[in-house]
Formats: sequence, C-alpha cells, structure tokens
Amino acid sequence: MAFKVVHYINQFFAQVGGEEMAHIAPELREGKVGPGVALEAAWKGEAAIAKTIVCGDSYFAEHEKEAKATILDWVKAEAPDLFIAGPAFNAGRYGYACATIAKAVKEELGIKVLTGMYEENPGADLKKDILIVATANNAAGMRQAAPKMAALALKLMKGEEIGASVVEGYMNQGIRVNFFEKERGAKRAVDMMIKKLNDEPFVTEYPMPTFDRVAPNPAIKDLSKATIALCTSGGIVPKGNPDHIESSSASHYGEYCIEGVLDLTPETYETAHGGYDPVYANADADRVLPVDIMREFEAKGIIGKLHNKYYATVGNGTAVANAKAFAAEYAQKLKADGVDAVIMTST
Amino acid sequence: MKLELGYIQIKDIQFSKECKVENGTLFIDPEVVKAFMYQDDDVKAWVKDFSFDIAKPGESVRITPVKDVIEPRVKVEGQGGQFPGVIAKVDTVGSGKTHVLRGMAVVTAGKIVGFQEGIIDMTGPGADYTYFSKLNNFVVVAEPVEGYQDHKHEYEHAVRIAGLRAAVCIGELGRNVTPDETQEFETFGIIEGAKKFPELPRVAYVHMLQSQGLLHDTYVYGVDAKRSLTTIINPTETMDGAILSGNCVSACDKNTTYHHQNNPVVAELFAQHGKKLNYVCNIITNENVYLADKQRSSDWTAKLCRLLDLDGAIVSQEGFGNPDTDLIMNTKKIELQGVKTTIITDEYAGQDGKSQSLADADPLADAVVTGGNANQNIILPPMDKVIGTLDYVDVIAGGHNGSLRPDGSIEAEIQVITGATNEMGFGLLSAR
Amino acid sequence: MVKEIERAGIPVVHMCTVTPISMTVGANRIVPTIAIPHPLGNPSLTMEEEKDIRRKLVGRALKALTTEVTEQTIFEE
Repeated sequence: MAFKVVHYINQFFAQVGGEEMAHIAPELREGKVGPGVALEAAWKGEAAIAKTIVCGDSYFAEHEKEAKATILDWVKAEAPDLFIAGPAFNAGRYGYACATIAKAVKEELGIKVLTGMYEENPGADLKKDILIVATANNAAGMRQAAPKMAALALKLMKGEEIGASVVEGYMNQGIRVNFFEKERGAKRAVDMMIKKLNDEPFVTEYPMPTFDRVAPNPAIKDLSKATIALCTSGGIVPKGNPDHIESSSASHYGEYCIEGVLDLTPETYETAHGGYDPVYANADADRVLPVDIMREFEAKGIIGKLHNKYYATVGNGTAVANAKAFAAEYAQKLKADGVDAVIMTST
Repeated sequence: MKLELGYIQIKDIQFSKECKVENGTLFIDPEVVKAFMYQDDDVKAWVKDFSFDIAKPGESVRITPVKDVIEPRVKVEGQGGQFPGVIAKVDTVGSGKTHVLRGMAVVTAGKIVGFQEGIIDMTGPGADYTYFSKLNNFVVVAEPVEGYQDHKHEYEHAVRIAGLRAAVCIGELGRNVTPDETQEFETFGIIEGAKKFPELPRVAYVHMLQSQGLLHDTYVYGVDAKRSLTTIINPTETMDGAILSGNCVSACDKNTTYHHQNNPVVAELFAQHGKKLNYVCNIITNENVYLADKQRSSDWTAKLCRLLDLDGAIVSQEGFGNPDTDLIMNTKKIELQGVKTTIITDEYAGQDGKSQSLADADPLADAVVTGGNANQNIILPPMDKVIGTLDYVDVIAGGHNGSLRPDGSIEAEIQVITGATNEMGFGLLSAR
Repeated sequence: MVKEIERAGIPVVHMCTVTPISMTVGANRIVPTIAIPHPLGNPSLTMEEEKDIRRKLVGRALKALTTEVTEQTIFEE
C-alpha cells in the first residue's frame, strides 16, 4: 500500500493568484495540486498525496494561531505518513509558514515532516527543529528540488536511516553524521588549500563551535570550616575498575567512598583512562587525585573536611554532552551533601 | 632529493618452504621470518613465541588486537636502508630507489599492551572503515613471556621491532623483482624550488607526530619525537621509512607505520607539485603532554612556516583530546604569520553526534577536513575466524563492557577499527 | 564538567595541564599542573619531593577557591 501524504502550499503555487490573493484562508483540496504533481511522479506509486492544503501567505502571517489550529485539525483527521510543505524557495512569508506549520505538525501530532526552501529564507531558522531541504532561490529550481525532497520524504516514510546533510541535501542540523566522501581526506585538504590560496570560496567540513560561559561563584570565606570534594576526569577508580568505566567514550561515572582512606596506593587504586600513559597513575593515584595531601590539610585544620565521596569519569573521547550530564548529576549530589567547593583534576 | 618507488603488486600470499615473490604472489616460510625476528635480543627476551597467519580481502576473518601495520619494502639503490636508526643504521634515506611490495602488509597482533589497539575485519561492514581490509595481510601474533605485565614498555618495544623486522625480511624478497610500475618524487632546495616555480604558491605539510608517551611514541630516524624540537624533513624521507609508529592512541586515529610510509598528504601534495603549488617540504612537530612543550613546539612550527616564506600549510593531527590543543595552537600561530592553513582532524561528537567535536577551537581554523565521528556505533557481525584474540574487545578504546556479544559479534564505536578516522586523510570517511 | 558544577552553585577550581582547553571550555578558576599523565606528581622526583609539589599545587587550588574572581583566571602562583 502506498504511503499517504498531506501537502501544504501557498496561493501562488496553487495558482489561485499572486500577492493580491495572499489573504486567503486555508482550504483543503483532494489529491495533488501544483508542485505535488512532481513529488508524486518521483514517488512512482510508493506514496500519494491524499490532501493538499492551500493557504495565503499573508493570512498565515497575520492569523498564525487560527491558521495553525485549522491545519492541525485537518492533518490530524487525515493521519498521513508524512506532512510535506513547499518548497518555498526564497519566498519569506511562505518559507516561514512552511517551517512553522511543519514544526507544529511534528511536535503536536508526532507526524514526520519535511519542507524545502532557500538557505537564506527566514523560515530556515527552524532547520534544527525540522528537516529542511536546501533549494535554489527561485521557483526555477523546482526541477532539482522536487526529486530531492521526494527521495528524502520516501526515506522518512520507510523509516530508513537518514544520511549526512551533504548527502541527502537537507540543511545541517548541528548533528554530526558520518558518510563516505568520493575523495580521500588528504585530497580534499589539498583542494581546499588551493582554493584558499586563490581566494576562491571553500566550505569547511567542520565549522568551529562557540562555547557558553557560566559566571564564577563567590569564593569560600572560611576554608577551615569548608567541606571540599575531589572530582576527576582522569579515571581514578578502585583497583579492578568495579564499575567497568570504559577506557574511552565513557557511558557512566563512578562514585567512590574514601571514608578513612589516607593515601591511594597501587594495591587499591588505578586509572581506567585510555588516553594517557597509565603507568604513573597506577603507581600512585595521588598524582591524579590528591587524597593524601587533602587528608594532610584536613588533619592540620587548613580545610574543614575532605568530602567522603569522590566522583570519577574518563575524559578520554567522552562526548561533551555525556560529561556534562554526569557532572550536572553529581553536582546535585554534592550540593545535597553540603559540599562547599570542588577541586576537579584533569589529565 | 629524488626518490624512485618501484611497485611490485602482491595479489596473493602463500605459506611455502621456499621464500620468493613470483608473478604477484609472495611465497613465504614463516620459520624464516621468525628466525629473522629472533636475531634481535629484545625480541628474544620478551616474546615467548610467534604464530603466523594470512588474511585476504573478502575472507570472514577478524584480526585483533592490532598493534601496527607495516608495508614491506627494500632499498635497492642509494643511501640508507629500511627504518634507519631502528633497523638499518642511521643514514639519510629518501633518495635512490626503493622497491615496494604493494597490496600487502605485515600486521602485528597479540596480547594487549595498552588500551589503544584495534580491529581489522576483512569483510562485512567493518571492512568498509579500514583500508587494511583491502590488503593481503601477513599477520604476526606475538606471545609474551611470563610476567610481561610488569614490563609493558619492554614488551611493546620488542613487538614493534619484531613487526619491523618481519617487514624487512619480506621486503628483501622484492630486491631482484622487476616492478610493475615505477614513480619518481622530487622536491628541491629552497632557492632552487623558488626559481623553478616562481609563480606557484609555496606550500608545506605540517605533520604532527603523536608523542603523548602512551606506552611509546613516534620515531624519526630512531629518535623519540617527544624529545625533538619541531624540524624540517624531506617528503621523500618519510616515504622511505624515516618515520614509524610506536605509539598507542585509539586505533581509529593512530597513524600506523603503513600510514607514514604511504602518507596521503605527501602523495596529494606531490600530485599538485609544479602544477598548482610548489611543495616545499614537511615540517614535523610533536604532541607532548607538557603545556610548555606544546607552546614551544607550536611557536617553532609557526616560526619555520615564516622562515620558509610559505603561502600555505596543511596540518594533520594524530590522536584526539589534548592534541586538539596542539592542532589549534599550530593552526592559530601559523595563520597569524600570514600563512594560510587547512587542517585534517577527526571528531568525538558523541554517539548521537550532538556534542562538540574537538576539545579546543579557534575561529582562525576556518578550513577543516574531518575523518568522521569516531564515536559512531557499529555492529561488527561474527567472523568465521579470529586471528589474535577477542579477549580485549571490551576494554580497548571505543569498546565497553559487553561490546563482545555471546554470538561473537561486536557492538562498539568505530574508534576500535584500525585507521577508521585517520587524520592524515587516508580514508573516505567524513562527517557533516 | 567544571561548568556544570559551577552552574549548580558550587565554586570549583580546575587543576589541569592543558590550560588552553580549560580556558576554551570555560572554567573560571584554573590551576596549571605538571603533565597530562601525572598532573599532581612527577615520577622523576623522590616521593617526598613529589609530595611537596602536590602540597604546593593543592594549596594553590585552595587559594583559588578563596579568591573572588570576576573572569576566567589562571592561578600561576
């Protein structure tokens, strides 16, 4: 059985009229209209457009709430396998409408969605939320856009794995996806170099990220009353690595009690980290997690107390998102335990 | 400096009582290789025994844990010998004529030394991620002496030397064989080159060598790269065995000796040499664990780029994590000298691809080529035969507790596959 | 990771060798350490000398925790 699709287009592509008809309210039509013909042709019978929704661009912009409600009701009643909108090329209000309504269908109805437009269309701001196929900046690009959108649409409906953005033709969502290039990396690097030297445009394969910042917390007023915890990304674990923390790309962190432990010895502690020479840490784990000195400072009253638990992760190849989640989780435990400050050591 | 490489295509390897290369087939007696390896005292001291196997493309074979991959070669004309300063005596290589047994490799495997050892599958989905699945592999499996665990450095050294010696022993069989194809490579003196190609932009290759002391490091003419300042080397020297791998980083982005011998950046720069650019030289620099070293080495790299009046520099990395800082420091400082860079790295963006890929970043690194996301998960189906042992699959970098499943299949990150995300740009894998 | 602890409202000092990474990712209080495989030790020294170094570094970390900062600061001494 063919997959069922609902298609969203504007007044212009429905051949109702141009700007003078942009005020029309949404209407529901049977079957395919306008660009839907090209999409259906590309699906070769594997999918069909059951309904086409036509809406004026100005109407959507000025009555977004009403338009959304009406369209969501219609889509819900139809329960399609996919909701596809556009392509909108460089038409700003149309692109905004396509992306906005597609996002609503995805999030509120849980139906797979796809749209297409030019990269600079304001609607493309939503590219992280929904799949948007990159198209030319005017309707002359329909011949290229329709088969690209149709192919990706079919993959979505079939539940097939979606490849990298450059392969499938959608706008990058900030998620890194592997794929095999046609040329090896060294050739690509030399080609990129030649372009850069000749001041020709080139596209980096990895745009540099920007980082957020957190304001520093106030300093500790009285160290001698403070409880201080040790944490490490250097993978110090009790001998034998009881929690099986991975040597790289760790999937969890360790919480270990050091009540009464005065010194980390080669018999009791080691490192699980696979990113540095473990010999030194295995011989004396205090070189990574300075329990011995903290105990000394505790005894002398320099610090109030060394917290009786420490937290360890392996920083090696561990995804930032995971590391962040681990720390966010154990930070709450530290807080609940009344820890005043943390010393984090890294290798 | 001019080097001629004569390629002898090896299409098959067979065990035989007679050792020879004939009509594209390597006939080899493992006992001869073994005896040659045992001529070294360290090998004698730390390796109890060797076993040998052959793995061919398309066979249902898994090799693990893989330590190094080496291409057998022999110097037939000109100065020096194979692996100068380590096997042959120290002498400048990179000129004259060298025969290459192409289409095959020596692969060393055996009991784990560090976490950073890899997997080569000769067929199935894993084979797509490693170039070595396309080669006829002569696999040397080392069995350590008792108590080696307390002497990992010595044992690693012995296995490394054994692998190199095996390659030398086999390479020697190509000495009197007529190559199927020959190719010449030549770079010039600084002024000579500038006069020859006055219109062409001057480009060098900044080759970063892993020297984190993860067991051992990269060796240049026998010198541990960790103990060297940034320096200049002729590209043909690296093509002729001057640089070899002794280090352990994750398998996917460790540059094996084979990668050094067949450095793809060198090859691609030579392909454009005298056409679109003037390939000046290679700059080799290390990736050390002390910040002061990182500072000094990257300063030096930038200084040399300026001194050589370069217009461009291609930078390749090895490993990940703190070496990302070496990469960014190099790139930033080279760019600030007015020399344009493109860099080759790989990514650790998490299994979902949503995390930031590098540990460090700078906007001046605006031309990046990536070898892909090493955290991507892969399922490697069981193979009919395992060369080496599956005992360590759970603990090597990229594996996890339970990676090895009861049916012999492996669920792990592509990080475990030797050469999967190579940062010299050896492979086709990339990411967006 | 340091950022998440900071975000939870606990002052944190990051002791690490590669301070540029620490700066890039956004730690606020940073104490440089010896080397990646042994940030708080130096195997070429005697046990006592090593402990002295560790004492000094941990002391520096405590000083960082008792010092008010308004921006990312590396505590070299």
